[in-house]
Amino acid sequence: MNVPVALDAIERAELTDSRFTVPGMRCAGCIAKIERGLQDVEGIEAARVNFSAKRVAVRHDRSLDADGLVAAIGKLGFEAQAAEANPLGQDDSESRTLLRALAVAGFGMMNIMLLSVSVWSGAGGVTRELFHWVSALIALPVVAYAGRPFFASAAMALRHRRTNMDVPISIGVLLATGLSVYETATGGEHAYFDSAVMLLFFLLAGRALDAMMRNKTRAGIGALLSRMGKSARVLAGDGSTRAVAAEDLEPGMLMLVAAGEALAADGVIEDGRSMIDNAMLTGESTPQSVARDDLVHAGTINLANPIRVRVTAASSDTALAEIARMMDEAGQSRSHYVRIADRASRLYAPAVHTLALLAFAGWMIAGVGLHQSLVIAIAVLIITCPCAMGLAVPAAQVVASGALAKRGLLVKDGSALERLAEVDTALFDKTGTLTMGEPVPRIDRLSSEQKSVALALAQASRHPLSKGLATALEGKGVTPAVVGSLCEVGGQGISADWAGTRVALERTDIVGRELSSTLRIGKELVAIPFADPMRPDVAETLAALRVSGIDSRIVSGDRQAPVGALAIELGIAGDAEMRPDTKLALLDALKADGRRPLMVGDGINDGPALAAAHASIAPGSASDVSQQAADAVFLGRALMPVALAVAVARRTMRIVRQNFGFAIGYNVLAVPLALAGLTTPLIAAIAMSLSSLVVVGNSLRLARVPSGLSS
Amino acid sequence: MSVLAYLIPVALALGGAGLALFFWAMRNGQFEDLEGAANRILIDDEDDKSGAEKIEREADR
Repeated sequence: MNVPVALDAIERAELTDSRFTVPGMRCAGCIAKIERGLQDVEGIEAARVNFSAKRVAVRHDRSLDADGLVAAIGKLGFEAQAAEANPLGQDDSESRTLLRALAVAGFGMMNIMLLSVSVWSGAGGVTRELFHWVSALIALPVVAYAGRPFFASAAMALRHRRTNMDVPISIGVLLATGLSVYETATGGEHAYFDSAVMLLFFLLAGRALDAMMRNKTRAGIGALLSRMGKSARVLAGDGSTRAVAAEDLEPGMLMLVAAGEALAADGVIEDGRSMIDNAMLTGESTPQSVARDDLVHAGTINLANPIRVRVTAASSDTALAEIARMMDEAGQSRSHYVRIADRASRLYAPAVHTLALLAFAGWMIAGVGLHQSLVIAIAVLIITCPCAMGLAVPAAQVVASGALAKRGLLVKDGSALERLAEVDTALFDKTGTLTMGEPVPRIDRLSSEQKSVALALAQASRHPLSKGLATALEGKGVTPAVVGSLCEVGGQGISADWAGTRVALERTDIVGRELSSTLRIGKELVAIPFADPMRPDVAETLAALRVSGIDSRIVSGDRQAPVGALAIELGIAGDAEMRPDTKLALLDALKADGRRPLMVGDGINDGPALAAAHASIAPGSASDVSQQAADAVFLGRALMPVALAVAVARRTMRIVRQNFGFAIGYNVLAVPLALAGLTTPLIAAIAMSLSSLVVVGNSLRLARVPSGLSS
Repeated sequence: MSVLAYLIPVALALGGAGLALFFWAMRNGQFEDLEGAANRILIDDEDDKSGAEKIEREADR
């Protein structure tokens, strides 16, 4: 990471690094804005954005704390959260190890091939011996380094008395290397270093692809529970305040929660009245008006006024932590899912071992001697080594997930694609999933004067309705009026002075079915109705799912009336007032019926269901926790990526099965040759590359998404 | 055949250099922000931007 500003040693001693996740950056402009904006802030020496990980690394004075920096980034128009000190997750280090091993294997393979080709084309005598020795010199360290991922996994499997794909790979590679060393030392005709290293190279390519696919989509997704307030200001008996970390809060403490802050613990309001945004917890889009003695939960956001909250439950006892625990338990069932490659290897590995052993025994009985029998047995192992199989699954899945990413759907890993292909029921949350999840005002009836006043007022408020109004007006190119003495009263609205006239955005008193807010200019009152519009292609998506044989239904935390109306409009079943545990119960009932449910939802309240479902998808606007729990995340306004994901996942599995079929067909042809002792290392090498190429080529067909399904 | 005495070490050294370079690039964080690098090319240089602003300001006067 090159920090643009050079620092001398004296300054460096007083500086420290902090990292923040900024999910909102989307373009080059954001990078420039954050980096330059932060460099202008007093006490910040340098800032560097990592766009792929949506992170900012800030080098700053020790006098600045994390809250101050978050505020500084907030001033630039981006929401930020302090990130863990060490950004290198476990997944990341895994793919790095694989990439390094791949590079080493590639280096070894090229050099050994260079030598092998001359041996195959007839080099003999001293030259051949020399080449074998040089090959050995390259191959031994390369096998030791590049083979580690396989040896480690095979050793682990054997220790648990199981067998996996890595066991035949490890045995094949080690035996081939060992025999080649023996051949080299005794001046034999054939050495198998090339086969062993090439095998490692192809297999590592498959593994590295798999790991990179997982990392790419996970990189942008924030940490679990980052929505929950990390710390709170606690009021002591003598009136002084201090910051207390969320996990150190205790029941009975008095928290001061400023406007715009997330609550760090559950509690009861002692003083003040405000609006609370519960959307992350319940999926309800309307902010809740709260006053003295009302219960508020960790993870919700205080929108309007500072409040004092007496803590009733902290850290692991909060409603939010309870949901996290439920998710954890629900996710357990999914970890039992066996991926297709492992299912295949359960049958494949024993068959291959038996075959090699039989070949060895057969030729020993035939009386060709120990050496010749061993060579044939190893040839069988190398030929049948699941090289094409190791590539069959990851190649297809990587190509498919790349094609889906272009259509706005990020799939987290290969296992997710496999499970997506199997779903037969789809459950949709309502708010934020079938609908856009953000209130959109109808502003076409406002005069241009009213629009500019409304924008000036809406800009100043954090209330969701005001935010929606500001976004809509800005989108129409309205310029805000110049207003003074802005004042926001929680639960009432925001008012200001506009050239001597009192103007205000107020709560509408009539409680109708629709949300609305009132714009006041002097004596004049205008109602601005809001609606949470449906995503534009909900009906088409549901129809496409129906064609694929998938039944859809709504499961929502919202009230019966709106859910029922929507269900009737869409012609599907709908369940209202579902809580996280009742959603789980519904999923369990479906599973008990032998169905494989797909859950599509966005709120923290959907988290357990997303984790428990056979497969799950969350919209990009969903809470961190839901994006974490889901198998895939779709971006943008359209719902079609959900149907597309299922269709592409099914096509991928068809291609994977074709690839398997091909790999097995190839073995059926090659194994008799190997058993008969007719394969030389040259034939083995050519056959192996050819089968891998065919598998990769077949997988590349997935890059084209069928035009009938494109949105 | 004595040319082999040079060619093999040369081939190995070149391959090894490539490998070392790749390892260096990984440790150096060259692959850490591929999307960012693609986007950064679109950012105007600081100086150019302030220059453009100056021109605009003068035009306003």
